Amino acid sequence: MGQLKSYIRPFYGYMLLTVMIKLFGAVVELLIPYLLQTMIDDVVPTGRRDWILLCGGGMILCAVVCVVSNIVANRMSAQSAGGITLRVRHDLFQRLEGLSARQLDELTISSAVSRLTSDTYNVNQLLARMQRLGIRGPILLLGGVIITMCMDMGLALVLIATLPIIALVVYFVTKTSVPLYTKEQGILDDVVRVVQENITGIRVIKALSKSDHERKRFNRVNDYLSDTDQKVGGITAITNPAATLVLNLGLTGVVLVGAYQVSWGVVKPGVIIAFMNYFTMILNAMLGVTRIFIIWSKGQASAKRVAQVLAMPEDLTVLPGKEPAGKPAYLEFRHVSFSYGGIVNNLEDLSFTLERGQTLGILGATGSGKSTLVNLLLRFYDPDQGAIYLEGQDLRTIAPETLRKKFGVVFQNDFVMEGTIAGNIAYFRDLPPEALEKAARDAQAGFIWEKEGGMAHPVAVRGNNLSGGQKQRLLLARALAAGPEVLVLDDASSALDYRTDAALRRSLAQGYRAATKVIVAQRISSIRHADLILVLEEGRVIGRGNHETLLGTCPVYRQIASTQMGVDSCG
Amino acid sequence: MTRGETSGDRRNLGAAKQPRGAILLRLWRYLGKNRLLLALAIVLSLTANVLALLGPRLSGQAINVISEGPLDLPYILNRAGWMAVVYSISAGLSYGLSQVMIRLSRRVVRQMRRDIFARLVQLPVGFFDRYQTGDILSVITYDVDTVNQSLSADLLQILQTLVTVVVSLVMMLTIAPKLVLIFCVTIPATVFFTQYITRRVRPLFRRRSAMLGELNGFVEEMMSGQKTTRAYGREGAVLEHFDEKNRQAVEAYTEAEANGTIVGPAINCINNLSLAMVCIFGSLLYLSGGIRLGDLSSFIQYSRKFSGPINEVANIIGELQSAFAAAERVFGLMDAQPEPADSPEAGVLTGVQGDVALDRVCFGYTEDRMILQDFSLHAKPGALIAIVGPTGAGKTTVINLLMRFYDVQSGTISVDGQNICQVTRESLRRAYSMVLQETWLFHGTIYENIAYGKPDATREEVVAAAKAARIHNYISSLPQGYDTVLSDNGSGISKGQKQLLTIARAMLLDSAMLILDEATSNVDTQTEQAIQAAMEELMVGKTCFVIAHRLSTIRHAGHILVMREGRVVEQGTHDSLMAQNGFYAQLYYAQFDTYA
Repeated sequence: MGQLKSYIRPFYGYMLLTVMIKLFGAVVELLIPYLLQTMIDDVVPTGRRDWILLCGGGMILCAVVCVVSNIVANRMSAQSAGGITLRVRHDLFQRLEGLSARQLDELTISSAVSRLTSDTYNVNQLLARMQRLGIRGPILLLGGVIITMCMDMGLALVLIATLPIIALVVYFVTKTSVPLYTKEQGILDDVVRVVQENITGIRVIKALSKSDHERKRFNRVNDYLSDTDQKVGGITAITNPAATLVLNLGLTGVVLVGAYQVSWGVVKPGVIIAFMNYFTMILNAMLGVTRIFIIWSKGQASAKRVAQVLAMPEDLTVLPGKEPAGKPAYLEFRHVSFSYGGIVNNLEDLSFTLERGQTLGILGATGSGKSTLVNLLLRFYDPDQGAIYLEGQDLRTIAPETLRKKFGVVFQNDFVMEGTIAGNIAYFRDLPPEALEKAARDAQAGFIWEKEGGMAHPVAVRGNNLSGGQKQRLLLARALAAGPEVLVLDDASSALDYRTDAALRRSLAQGYRAATKVIVAQRISSIRHADLILVLEEGRVIGRGNHETLLGTCPVYRQIASTQMGVDSCG
Repeated sequence: MTRGETSGDRRNLGAAKQPRGAILLRLWRYLGKNRLLLALAIVLSLTANVLALLGPRLSGQAINVISEGPLDLPYILNRAGWMAVVYSISAGLSYGLSQVMIRLSRRVVRQMRRDIFARLVQLPVGFFDRYQTGDILSVITYDVDTVNQSLSADLLQILQTLVTVVVSLVMMLTIAPKLVLIFCVTIPATVFFTQYITRRVRPLFRRRSAMLGELNGFVEEMMSGQKTTRAYGREGAVLEHFDEKNRQAVEAYTEAEANGTIVGPAINCINNLSLAMVCIFGSLLYLSGGIRLGDLSSFIQYSRKFSGPINEVANIIGELQSAFAAAERVFGLMDAQPEPADSPEAGVLTGVQGDVALDRVCFGYTEDRMILQDFSLHAKPGALIAIVGPTGAGKTTVINLLMRFYDVQSGTISVDGQNICQVTRESLRRAYSMVLQETWLFHGTIYENIAYGKPDATREEVVAAAKAARIHNYISSLPQGYDTVLSDNGSGISKGQKQLLTIARAMLLDSAMLILDEATSNVDTQTEQAIQAAMEELMVGKTCFVIAHRLSTIRHAGHILVMREGRVVEQGTHDSLMAQNGFYAQLYYAQFDTYA
């Protein structure tokens, strides 16, 4: 919990007030047995019925005050817990959004999701319940002990003697259960993952009739989860009976010791009766306290998982920049090398320059480093060696907001979300409807207007009501909508048929002349008019130049051209 | 893939209310499966509580003797001894009880998750095209967990309370029946109040579950689009949307919590009031000589015992409401309509030759918009059927029908002359190998991913398939080779490599029919050429359905279907279609329209 202290701090005042109200309620509640004792020991022997009624009336008043203060305090506790959760979740989401690709790969999306929802929820529960039970329980406990001490020190000592034993039990239980709860949350991540995989792979699973297999796979993690759950439950279940037993044995001791003291005349029988009452109260309070420890254990495990993400270091920080000297090229890769795993270089010593408005075409086999180049250009990763310059400035010195405003991007397998077509094109940007429509037309997404509602037509989860080609055009429209300075298209037209693809190329050439384009493609036709074409193989440039030069100098390129175009010399 | 036109509606799982009786009955069925444990729990709970309740009686007897002195030490020692014994046994029993209950609830929850998942894999693919993954996940994790908490902790409490209340009442009746009259006022008050608050709180908890599900859905969705969000620098705007969902979710449960927690103090108050009344009337009764002091003490203790657990239960009632709301969503998901079962006389498709015929098939994802109209096609064994056409022409729909992901509205599809509605889905789907446009890999080793469709494949077979798919060299270059674990749908490797892995997976299957859904469109030309060779080898003797945009890949197809707006507008071989100089020819020439 300590890691989240800064979130709790602003609520200290409010929480203190909650606690004070709770405290007040608890003190008032403690008065009830006190009045009861007075009634039986002092009032009843006098035989004054009006006094009895007065005392009784006092008890009723206490009960009413107690209920009001408790309800108010409970509401307040829910509010402060909610307020804290709101902020924690906000920051957590922000942090997750800002994680570098490398960090997110490591964390995995399923774990991110469960941390953001289930773990923050556990923290919320912890905070609310801590305030509700955490104050009342200990106060009733402490108050009960103090009052019994005032009433009779000897009897109270019997009771107090039991408390360290209970504390020991609680300590043991908490210590063993926290790691188990952490483990349990980890297994929950696995359960989430299996379900996720089954949802995304439902067609493959059905096609291969692997439902039974998947069921077994799920049952395995599910069983593991419930076994762990049972283990934790078994341990925490010790607390309750153990605490009850110890306290009840203390009670027996009180009766025994009390018997002697009454016979010696030091103690009145009414004291023993009141003691019994306080005992019940203390017992209930004690049980409440032990329950808190269970909630605490669980909440603590979750708080740690949340804090872990919050504490992830800022990757890809912005370095101080220098003014570019002379008149630099618009985009330059200078001796860039990069490796994902640190074993083999996914890109090696890559250099090229591009002027504003020029087109770069990238061609290469699967795994040759095309998408890596795009990842570096957008600064999802920093190069291990060398540097990338945009208008003469090292990418690492450009603030992300400035950098990303310049780009319009379509990734391989890019992301379509639930909502409307317009919403997907705008993608949370404040763009006028005309811009969206123009972008959609330029992206050859005429299908939009054939749909009911046009731009307002709903898009299903993961774009499931759109075909692959429709999705790609939607994504292209997204990339074009803000009039980008740099247009990056990573395999963005593979699902388009040739006609549409050709029309798209025409509209890009005419309407987006000023934009610098980086196009990763598999079809030569998509890039043959590029100013510079790089042919990549295993992270290295094996061909460089325009279409005509490459036909002459790069055998690989020539071979691709001949298979795709079906002719040896097209130009 | 699918183009269900109505599927864009935002839906939330389990929004439908269900009668509480029905939910209880279904929860009971889960409990009922473990009758032995349940019976054991009841017996243990009963004994433990009765024993615990004997305690005050014993202490009361001791106090009677003490207060009326002289000191009768042997008697008091005897009582104290019994108290110790009774309390010890009771504690032992209640520990045993909680162990039993934990087991019980774990079994129920495990079964529940199993049942949900079992239903999940039976659901038609259309279901997943409609609901957010995160929302479904929220049911299987959060909602089931909420039910679980109720079952393990709350049910136990209620059980114990029931016993405590009954026993306390009996004890109080034997001590001072007149004083018990007070409870005639307070108990109905409690019941009435609880019912009132329950009615008020339940919709709040329902909302809480729904909002949490929605938040989960949003988070799941946006986390998978994190890269895109970053590329456009829209973190701030997405965060704002998140904040809105977050605020709604937090408000929903703050509200539920604030109202749910009224119950506890309120019931506590009613109990305190009844205590006050017991005291007043008890004292008056004592003055008139109707009760002994020790008995009054016992009575008060019982009345507190009586109220203590009621208090607890009142607290629990709040939690129970959330459990009910959660159970609604759980059962709602379980009730989702599965793929209709195979008809009882459905045969198993064996020894498939690969003769596929579609006869006057009509199909649309919604009744009002047909995608296929009177569509007929006959593929002889070993034929290569290529389906081409602009996007949205209905090409993938054909695949959805062949595999029975969806059923035709009219007309028939048959394999080897057998109507595919009269064979089991499993045997039908097994007859196909399939490589989809969207690659799917799961968390597991590369080896497991390739062998997925044929678990008994030998290592050699897997390696051979990988070699045939031209991915063997890449796999061998990885430090862990075939044992490399892929995570998050293979997030570390490129799309083309993923594609090759799924091709290797398909290569391993020995089926009579093959479906390639734009399968090679993500692989660069060089790799594609290599695959092409391997594919041709794989295609030998198989009936193949290939959807491809690159006309070069299907130029040699025996039969080409040209689709446009849900209809086959032309069919024939490449040469005959080119000779027609129609739509196909237009498409074909478009790829050489190299103006850029």
